[in-house]
Amino acid sequence: MSTTAVAIGVGHSWSVSLAICIRGLQRLRARPVILIPTVVMPIFFVISFTGAFSSLTKIEGYGTSNIFNWMAPYAALQGAVFAGVGGAMSAADDIENGFFDRLLLTPGSRLPILIGTTGYSGVRSIIPTTCVLGVAALGGLELPGGVIGLVSLYVATAGLSVVFCLIGLTIAYRLRSLRSMMIVQVIGFSSMFLSVGQVPIDFLEGWLHDAARLNPLTNVLRLARQGFVGEMSWDLTWPGLVAIALMALFTGASAFRALMKLAP
Amino acid sequence: MTASSVSRVMAIGSQTWELTRRSVVSEKRQFLSVLPGLIFPLLLAAVYTKQFGRVLDMPGFPEVDSFLDFILPACIVQAVTFGATAAGSELALDIENGFLERLLVSPVARAPILFGRLAGAAVVASVKATVILAVFLIFGVEVAGGPAAMFVLVVVAALLVLFIGAMAQVMAFRTGSQEAVGATFPLIFVSIFMSSAFFPTNLMSGWFKVVAENNPLSWVINPVRRLVINEWSSADALQALGLPTALAMMTISAAVIALNRRLAIL
Repeated sequence: MSTTAVAIGVGHSWSVSLAICIRGLQRLRARPVILIPTVVMPIFFVISFTGAFSSLTKIEGYGTSNIFNWMAPYAALQGAVFAGVGGAMSAADDIENGFFDRLLLTPGSRLPILIGTTGYSGVRSIIPTTCVLGVAALGGLELPGGVIGLVSLYVATAGLSVVFCLIGLTIAYRLRSLRSMMIVQVIGFSSMFLSVGQVPIDFLEGWLHDAARLNPLTNVLRLARQGFVGEMSWDLTWPGLVAIALMALFTGASAFRALMKLAP
Repeated sequence: MTASSVSRVMAIGSQTWELTRRSVVSEKRQFLSVLPGLIFPLLLAAVYTKQFGRVLDMPGFPEVDSFLDFILPACIVQAVTFGATAAGSELALDIENGFLERLLVSPVARAPILFGRLAGAAVVASVKATVILAVFLIFGVEVAGGPAAMFVLVVVAALLVLFIGAMAQVMAFRTGSQEAVGATFPLIFVSIFMSSAFFPTNLMSGWFKVVAENNPLSWVINPVRRLVINEWSSADALQALGLPTALAMMTISAAVIALNRRLAIL
C-alpha cells in the first residue's frame, strides 16, 4: 500500500471518528435529558456525600478537615464513570434503533467507531468534572495543589470515562440492549466503592482494605485527589497514569473483540 | 353490581394477571439485568460495614452491634429501587416498538396496561427484599421486631416500587423514551443518599440535615429501622406502611391521567 493510500485511510478513519464524536455531542444538545445522570448525579454525589458524611472529618486520621476536598474528586470520578457509560448507552441505543447497522456501511476499519465513541465519552467527562468543581467551590473547596492539581483531576476523569465507555461498549456489543448498561453502572459504582472513595485506606478493615489496595481505581483516585488534599507528588501521579493506561488497553481490546464479533 | 360489570371487572382482573405474568417473565428472562439490583446493595452494605467501623463509637450514633443492623432498611430500599423504574422503562419500550399501540387496539382494558407492569415490579421487589433479608440474617443480623417486622419490610419494599414505578410510567407516557426513563434512576438513587438511609441525621449538619430529616424516605426508613434495631411497635409499622401507600396512590393516579392524555393525542 502506498504512503498516500495509508494517509487517505488514516484521514478517513479520523473523519469517521470525529463525526461520531460530534454526533454524540449534538445528541446531548438535542436530548438534554440524557445529561441528567452525567451532570446532576455527580453534583448530587458531592452534595450528598459531603452532607451525609461531614462528621467523618471529626474522626482522627481522616485525610483532611475539609470534607469537600475529599469528596469532590471522588464525585468527579463518579461523574466520569457516568459520562463513559453515557457514551456506551448512545451506542446501545444506536444498536436498538438500527442506526448502528447504517454505521457499519461505512467503508474501512471498525476501529474509528470505537475511537469516536470513546472520544465522545472523554470529552463528555469535562462537563461533570467542571460542574462538580463549581458546586464544591461554593461549599468551600480548596486547591492546595494549584493548577497542576486541577489538570491531574481532568486527566483522571477523562481517562476513567474512556475506560468505562469501553467496558460499556463491550457489554453493549455483546448483549445489544440499552438496559444492559445498568450492569456497567453497577460495575462503576462497585469498583469506586471498593476503593478509597469515602475514607482513607487506614479506615478500611479486613477484606475491604485488601480490595482497595489492589483496586486500580485507588491509584486513579489518588491521582485525582492529590492536588486537593496536599502537595502534588510524582509518587502519586505515575501509578494513576499507569492504571488508566492499562485499563484502557485491556478494555479497549475487549470492546474491539466484541465489535468484531458483532460486525466482522 | 350488574352481571356485565362483574364480568368486566373479572376481565380486567385476568388481563392484569396476564400482563403481570408477562412483566415477571420478562424480568426473569433478563435476569442479568435484575441481578445488579441485588448485588450492588449487598456489596454496599458489606463495604460500609467494613468502612464505617470507627463510626459506631461516635457520640450520637444509634447503639447497634454492627453497621449491618443499621443499614438493613437502606439496603432493601436501594435494592428495590434498582428495578423500580423497570415498570416505566418497559412501558417506554412498548411505546417505542409499537407494542402499546397493538395493546390499545386489542380488547385489553386500559387499566391493566399500567397495573400489570406495576404488579409485576412489586412481585419482583418482594422477592428481592426477601432475599436480602435472608442474606442479612445469615450474616448475623437480628431483627428485634421479629417476623412481623420482617413482613413489614417486605411490604414496604413492594409499596415503594409501586410509588416509583408509577412515577416512571408517567415519565414513559410523557417522553416515550426508554433512555429518558432510565436516566431518572440515578435521581432516585441519590434521594436515598439524601435521607437517613446511610447515616443518622443527628450526625449531619446544616441544610443537608434539614433536607434529610424532611425526605419522605427518611420517614419510611426511620420507623423500619426502629423495628429492626429496637422492638416491634404498631405505631412504627403503621408509619412505615402508611406513607408509601399514600405516595403510591398519588403516583398511580398520575399515571392513569398520563395514560388518558396519551390516548387523547393518539
